[in-house]
Order: sequence, then structure tokens, then C-alpha cells
Amino acid sequence: MFGTALIVFREVLEAALIVGIVAAATQGIPGRARYIAGGLGAGLIGSILVAFGAEGISQLAEGMGQELFNASILGIAVVMLAWHNIWMSVHGRELATNAKKLGREVSQGTRELSVLLVVIAVAVLREGSETVLFLYGVAISGDATRGAMIAGGAVGLVGGIALGLLVFRGLLRIPLRHFFTATSILVLLLAAGMAAQAARFLIQANVLPSLASPLWDTSGVVDNSSTLGKVLQGLVGYDAQPAGMQIAFFVIVLVTILVGMSWARRRSETSTP
Amino acid sequence: MKRLALAVLMSASLGALAAGEPEFAISIENHKFAPDRIEVPAGKKVKLVVENKDATPEEFESHSMKIEKVIPGKTKATIFVGPLKAGEYKFVGEFNEKTAKGVIVAK
Repeated sequence: MFGTALIVFREVLEAALIVGIVAAATQGIPGRARYIAGGLGAGLIGSILVAFGAEGISQLAEGMGQELFNASILGIAVVMLAWHNIWMSVHGRELATNAKKLGREVSQGTRELSVLLVVIAVAVLREGSETVLFLYGVAISGDATRGAMIAGGAVGLVGGIALGLLVFRGLLRIPLRHFFTATSILVLLLAAGMAAQAARFLIQANVLPSLASPLWDTSGVVDNSSTLGKVLQGLVGYDAQPAGMQIAFFVIVLVTILVGMSWARRRSETSTP
Repeated sequence: MKRLALAVLMSASLGALAAGEPEFAISIENHKFAPDRIEVPAGKKVKLVVENKDATPEEFESHSMKIEKVIPGKTKATIFVGPLKAGEYKFVGEFNEKTAKGVIVAK
């Protein structure tokens, strides 16, 4: 039971952290609860479908389907998060100052929220499909009784969600003045970290060279299999032994979003005096 | 657009497959790896062919080698690794971590 709980916890944690950050980053945008719930629902349904299609996906593209699938959904999330941050760099201040004042912003805010629905769905899809596969494996191997498996799964699920909620609550404590800066930094790191993970899958699929693997090794300080390592991996894309190509992806995405944010801000300042 | 990108990726990976890396076979049976110690050349990209003979899925995972791959029951998976520096690299079957353990030795 403990093993089941631990694995479910680790898989759920990563998705829960992403949902927590996104939920915090969209504070004040009307109707966001519906979109977050929609993202969760779509992700969960998708997970089950992906888990049962796992065999087919694996066999695609000369056995590299799984890596390409993972890299593509991570790529979608990176683009969506980048877009969110650039949009927020212009509208975040307005939302902070007139959180109650709706009007034209509502329709723009809603359109923007559909992007976050995709990010949440993708995060839940990736971690969820592995969880479903794992639980399915435990169930048919018959090593554990059904009760123990359900109990373990539930403990892991609750633990992962609790930690995600803690991050969300912690974020809400930040004074409003710094709130949008804090969440946009988090979303920025999240996007760059996801890009680095996508690079890792493309290296594994032999599409990209690793450049240098590993470039450095900090697994003696914080190992990726530890809970702290998992949290840092989920939040900022921490990797104890990164490949050179992963760092390249991380930096390129980071710089691209930062440039996009300052460009959008400058443009909005000149067009609205 | 996405489909095009995928097609490009696929053809790139097919091209790379044709290059012919040294190949090593590992099998999973009763949640154990056989062999559980594999020697591979250092400084060279190698290809691992992992056959899961169990009916249950397994996740082949190694933090040091940066591998994360789900292998459904009764299927084979191809995994590219490296180039690795000389040294020992542990790997596990994440879904059965207690029994499924192994190490790759790059020389």
C-alpha cells in the first residue's frame, strides 16, 4: 500500500503544483473556476484514454511515439504559458487595480482563460496517464489486495493535492503589489522548465543530441527522486544532472518570454497614453 | 502545423535510427531486469532494447541517464542513451522499485 501511495503522490504532486500556480496566477479573473475545473476534467478523461492507448502510442514513429507525444504536449503547455505571461504583463496591473471593475476586460480575460484550461489539462494528462497505467498494472498483477491499492492511491492523491494547495495558499499570502510579479516569475520558470523536459524527451528519442550529458551533477545536494527534488522539478524544472541541450532550451524559452513581455508592455504604453 | 512538426521530428528520428548505434537487450520478467548489469562503451550513443515479458506495464526510469519511458506489458521499447561518461548509472522500474533494479556501466 505504501508503495502505491508514494508513486501516486509523486505523479499527482507535479500536476497539483502546476494547477496551484495557474490558479494563483489567475486570481481576480472572473469565471476562472469553471475553466480550471474544465481543464482538470479534460485532463482526467484524457489520462484514462491515453493510458489505455499507451501501447498504440508507444509503437508510433518506430517506437518513439511516447517520447514525441510527451515532447509535443509539453511544447503546447510552454507556448500557452508564454502567451499567458505576455498577456499578463499588459493586463496584470489593470486586474490588480480594478479587480472588481469588469467591462471589456471580461471578454478578454475569458479568452485568455481558455489557454489556462489547456495548460491544466496537459499537466493532468501527462501525470494522470502514468498514474492510471501504474494502478492498472498493480491491479492486474494481483500483488496487492484491491482495498490496499485503493487506500494507497487515495493517500497519494490527497497528499499530492494537499501540497499543491499549500503552494497555492502560500502564493496568495504575497501582498497584491508583488503578487503579479511573483506569479509571472513562477509561470516563467514553469514554462522554461517544461521546455527543458521536452528537450529531454527529444534526446531520448534520438531527435536531438544531448550536447553534454550531464553538464553538471548536483544529485548529491538535492536528488530528483526525493520529494524536495520533485517539488523543485515541478516548480522550476530542477534537474540534478541536466544535459546541455536542456539548458539551451531552458535559456531560450526564458529569454523569449522575457523579451515578449517587455515588448508587449512597451507597445501598450505607447498606444494608450 | 503541429502535424508538420511531428512529421519533421519523425523523419529526423528515422534518419538517426539508420545510423546504427551499438545495441543492448534487456528483458523484464517477474518485475526484474535481466541482465541487471550491462556494460556499454563510454562516449558513444547506445541503443537499449527493453522487452517487458510481464503482463503489467513498467516504467523504465533513470535520473542519471535521463530516461523515463513507460513500457506496456508484453511489448518491446527502444531507448537511446548517452553518450555517457565512464561510470555507473543506476536504473529502476519505477512501478516495481523494490525488485526492478539495474545498473549500466560505461567503460
